[in-house]
Amino acid sequence: MIRFTVNGAQVETDLEPDTPLLWFLRDTLKLTGTKYGCGIAQCGACTVHLDGFATRSCQMQIGDLEGAEVITIEHQGTPEAPGPVQQAWIEHQVAQCGYCQSGQIMAAAALLAEVPAPDDTQIDDALSGNLCRCGTYPRIRAAVQRAAELMREEGQ
Amino acid sequence: MYNFDFVRPSSVKDAVDALGAEEAQALGGGQTLIPTMKQRLAMPAKLVSLTGIAELQGVGRDDSGALVIGGATTHATVEREAGDYPALAELAHHIGDPAVRNRGTIGGSLANNDPSACYPAAVLGTGATVVTSNREIAADDFFEGMFTTALEDGEIITAVRFPIPQVANYQKFEQPASRFALVGVFVAKFSDAVRVAVTGASEEGVFRWSEAEAALSSEFTPSAVEGLGVSPDGMISDLHGSAAYRAHLVGVLTKRAVAAAG
Ligand SMILES: Cc1cc2nc3c(=O)[nH]c(=O)nc-3n(C[C@H](O)[C@H](O)[C@H](O)COP(=O)(O)OP(=O)(O)OC[C@H]3O[C@@H](n4cnc5c(N)ncnc54)[C@H](O)[C@@H]3O)c2cc1C
Ligand code: FES
Ligand code: FES
Repeated sequence: MIRFTVNGAQVETDLEPDTPLLWFLRDTLKLTGTKYGCGIAQCGACTVHLDGFATRSCQMQIGDLEGAEVITIEHQGTPEAPGPVQQAWIEHQVAQCGYCQSGQIMAAAALLAEVPAPDDTQIDDALSGNLCRCGTYPRIRAAVQRAAELMREEGQ
Repeated sequence: MYNFDFVRPSSVKDAVDALGAEEAQALGGGQTLIPTMKQRLAMPAKLVSLTGIAELQGVGRDDSGALVIGGATTHATVEREAGDYPALAELAHHIGDPAVRNRGTIGGSLANNDPSACYPAAVLGTGATVVTSNREIAADDFFEGMFTTALEDGEIITAVRFPIPQVANYQKFEQPASRFALVGVFVAKFSDAVRVAVTGASEEGVFRWSEAEAALSSEFTPSAVEGLGVSPDGMISDLHGSAAYRAHLVGVLTKRAVAAAG
């Protein structure tokens, strides 16, 4: 039995420990916001937070997760009450096809937790591993700046 | 992905025992090995995860003042905690992207010995010592060519010991898609000598540029290496850069590293 938390809820599973976390999230928990892009650590579509840090879930085996805390895109907010990063994404209409965007948002949220007011270089550095085939990069950059603003306003 | 066994021991001894099994392989951060397995370029039957072993984690100093990094320490931890050796912390900060740095480990990078990886340049350029589950290996004896090291089957890198130089710097000319080094040069100046290690360039993997070392040992300035160059023979040539281009970069980056080290 492997025990860890996903979005704050305790999960226990007796699936094989070689199961990728991405499979477990999508197929077992039906948390399909996290996407399968390449499966080989090249695109970032599967980005989640593991103990607070951005991590590619396609490269994680659940056998490595005993006691860990996993947070996915579903924890960022809801359509009715989007979180600040999602809010900024909506304001800037970042998504085109949308496939890469949950990974982008998770990478952005991890950056903002560490660097509350990132400059463009810091944004580019932090999100460089998250590929967008639709080329939404300029809007992503603007939305990260806006999310930082929203989070500062919230904090006041 | 095909099925394989997965174990997560909590001590080096248990990990070594587990690695004694047929076709067992160590797993660090999985940032190289898991993609390799998905492409069936490696097919171990059993993975022995090193992430649950406390003694393989962390950054500290030993009695001689050397910086000691646990074999399963992530790049992100080195970036944050190796402030006593700024050039090394900076190198770790420029590996891949945050998600790679949050999982990838120094031991995994060294065991893999990718010809374009960053850590091999720091280890060879500093004259570090690779400590394993059963011995200590000097950097000069560790790297044996592209994707090849002195490690035996089932041998685990438990720590890496870096003597701290007076000044040092790593210059990486990034391959912009992968962020690996198209060419990377690590320069370290000690009281008695200068070491220069080059990654990304040679088909033999990381190497020391001894001509530049000799010149810089007598005068540590960028102009000391003016006019020196490495031969394009045996340099990597691919769609990202020709052998001649890589050979040229070795000289350019060495000068930049010396200038930045000051
Ligand atoms: C998108 C991306 C970008 C990257 N960019 C860079 C870059 O810019 N520069 C760079 O240098 N690297 C880069 N990397 C590689 C990255 O640094 C890897 O983390 C590293 O090469 C392997 O470390 P790992 O801990 O993930 O090892 P794993 O993938 O787990 O293992 C790699 C190999 O090492 C062995 N191994 C693991 N740990 C040990 C140990 N302690 N003792 C003995 N053997 C061990 C395994 O058996 C396997 O053969 C990148 C990777 C990705 C996916
Ligand atoms: S699906 Fe994980 S990095 Fe592409
Ligand atoms: S919006 Fe289409 S891949 Fe990024």
